[in-house]
Amino acid sequence: MGVETRLSDLEPGQKAVVKAFSSREPAFVRLREMGVLVGTRVELVRVAPLGDPIEIAVRGTLLSLRRQEADTITVEQVS
Amino acid sequence: MATTGLEQAGDFITFALVGNPNCGKTTLFNQLTGLRQKVGNYPGVTVERKEGECFGQHGERFKIIDLPGTYSLNARSPDEAVTRDVLFGRAKEIDRPNRVILVVDASNLERNLYLATQVLELGLPAILVLNMADMAEEEGMALDRQALQNRLGMPVVICEANTGKGIIELKTAMSRETLDPPALSLDISEEVRTRLEAIRERFANVGLIEANSPLVETVALLGDRDPTHYGVGDEQWTVVEEARNKLEQEIPEWEDGAIAVRYDLAHEIAELGARKESETGASLTDRLDAWLLHPVVGWLALLGLMATLFFLIFSFADKPMGWIEAFFDSVSSAVSASMAAGDLRDLITDGVIAGVGGVVVFLPQILILFFFISLMEDSGYMARVAFLMDRLMGKVGLSGRSFLPLLSSYACAVPGVMAARTIDSPKDRLITILVAPLTSCSARLPVYLILIATMVPSETVPIGTKVGFMLLMYVLGTAGAFVCAWLFSQKLMKGESSPMMLELPPYRVPKITALLLHMWERAKIFIRRAGTIIMGISILLWAAATYPKSSDPDPAVQLEYSAAGRLGKAIEPVITPLGYDWKIGVGLIASFAAREVFVSTMSIIYSVEGDDDDVQPLRQRLLEETRSDGSQLYTPLLCLSLMVFYVFAMQCMSTVAVVKRETNGWKWPLFQIGYMTTLAYLAALVVYQVGRAMGYS
Repeated sequence: MGVETRLSDLEPGQKAVVKAFSSREPAFVRLREMGVLVGTRVELVRVAPLGDPIEIAVRGTLLSLRRQEADTITVEQVS
Repeated sequence: MATTGLEQAGDFITFALVGNPNCGKTTLFNQLTGLRQKVGNYPGVTVERKEGECFGQHGERFKIIDLPGTYSLNARSPDEAVTRDVLFGRAKEIDRPNRVILVVDASNLERNLYLATQVLELGLPAILVLNMADMAEEEGMALDRQALQNRLGMPVVICEANTGKGIIELKTAMSRETLDPPALSLDISEEVRTRLEAIRERFANVGLIEANSPLVETVALLGDRDPTHYGVGDEQWTVVEEARNKLEQEIPEWEDGAIAVRYDLAHEIAELGARKESETGASLTDRLDAWLLHPVVGWLALLGLMATLFFLIFSFADKPMGWIEAFFDSVSSAVSASMAAGDLRDLITDGVIAGVGGVVVFLPQILILFFFISLMEDSGYMARVAFLMDRLMGKVGLSGRSFLPLLSSYACAVPGVMAARTIDSPKDRLITILVAPLTSCSARLPVYLILIATMVPSETVPIGTKVGFMLLMYVLGTAGAFVCAWLFSQKLMKGESSPMMLELPPYRVPKITALLLHMWERAKIFIRRAGTIIMGISILLWAAATYPKSSDPDPAVQLEYSAAGRLGKAIEPVITPLGYDWKIGVGLIASFAAREVFVSTMSIIYSVEGDDDDVQPLRQRLLEETRSDGSQLYTPLLCLSLMVFYVFAMQCMSTVAVVKRETNGWKWPLFQIGYMTTLAYLAALVVYQVGRAMGYS
């Protein structure tokens, strides 16, 4: 079992699997529709120079999300 | 069933182009229609509507609608709502398309197929286009067209819209007499399905949807995130909300489950259609992003690009703008020379020709800015700018997308407001439009120049002081824009914020023809829509300065006697607290057309001969002007108060016209004039009164 952490706490280059969403806000439905689902593999690609937002790779696409949103996503690190 | 014969459906068969953002849909649209396209707006919303015509492989005429790109039929913005409504046949004044061309990015099948499976559920005959096959190949993917065709039961075409490869095959497929509706079924759990079917029946009973409409429409209604509530009445909407609340209580995870099931299907189809055959090294996008999003190099690149943009707008556009002005001046003199003096002649030269000239003069800036914007969008860099700037813009409640429109407004708010189209969140877009004219545009320069020259005569004051005052005006305007943006996002449109999720698309080499086409479309829209309003106001202002006629031929006397002059006197009591007299009032009124008109109006009112570019004679005259008690009128304090007024005041009919066009009505431009004028008044009042209290005159 890998370590569970928030998506926003990953280091650039680290990969993880999505475990849970703590926010049920309607706006987050779009994130799921873009393919970030429980069980999806994600990689934190980089953090914006100003520290926010972050860039993740998911299902072959690069997405930018704000830390505020990434905070609500729990992931499990994989090596 | 829904197999549509070509001859059946009225005039032409209509194809809707549907796909994710960044899937090359618009390039494909351009390839199909060439220049046989028109760009307008959908009724009631400021969403771009692109339609065109194309000929099939056997010469049939087809109508093509390029629907706004979306990731899902659960709409989240007005653009996406248009796509949803047109496909569901609910859009006002737009017939439901007969057939669908589904465009997917072949290098990213799974994510793209999510939307595709939703659309296919509608049962419309469809063609699947695997676009950007070259990119897929570069990434080491092998596409299997036949496998997809067998699985989906519909024509599948491999395409490279950028080079035109595959267009013939697509047209051949479009020309097919019949197209079978695709065979797809979604594996939703039985308990969810029965509930959704029951809800569908309820919806059909209250007339929300048609009985037995595809289930995806019911799901879209339940999952609607669009504040316009699907365009249905409040009463029907309560039915939707009740159904949603009940379903969410019974099966809290139903929506996630439905999304997951659809992704499973998309995944299964994607596996059939594309196989990773060879590993490729770091992609072009990875390599470019390593530099362009680098903590140091990234900023330098952005700075360099923006500097280039400004250089082009200010210096490159300057020449053609000069030619345009000279051209209209010469037309004006030619008319003056050939017509008898009189009101008709003045109407033509000072009203119509000046009005048309005032519109056309913006073209060079608009063309350059939009060429740049298309370049940044089509190459994929625009999303990176938003990524870099998001934190900064987020502090005032906006997102990184607002950066470029606001920056462009320093050159001119007209293209800046138009550039706000690239912002996908309607709230951010509106706020950006509202605050954009607060940034000090180039039209304020002549006003600042004459007033600074009057305030600090160059003989006695070092040049640094002048530059300092100029800089102060820019800082004031910028601060005003940020503070107002923050206020609006907190107060005006609270609670509508949406998380900034942004795709960073792969970099691509933009197509020059697409860039030129886009640039031309923008220019056309500006001339057609904003041009008429600008001309109208310019004729109106001409009339206000001309009538009623005084018998004295002196232009200064005439201006005083005219409606504008009387208005200036009428507002004198209001502007006295700012330190202004009625003559300045006339300048303020006349310069509502455009800020720089203040300078020429002042020249007329003080009967100063000379050229706009030479501030010396006017400055001299301003310095000599006194109040009735003999004290100097244009004291440094008054100049400062006047400049501060111009920093914040709207004073630009072209911007008003463009805001009206971009927000689809008079509500927001009027609000904007109101709040900016109030702000300008209060700021000038504070400057003047505090200055006086501190002992300045």
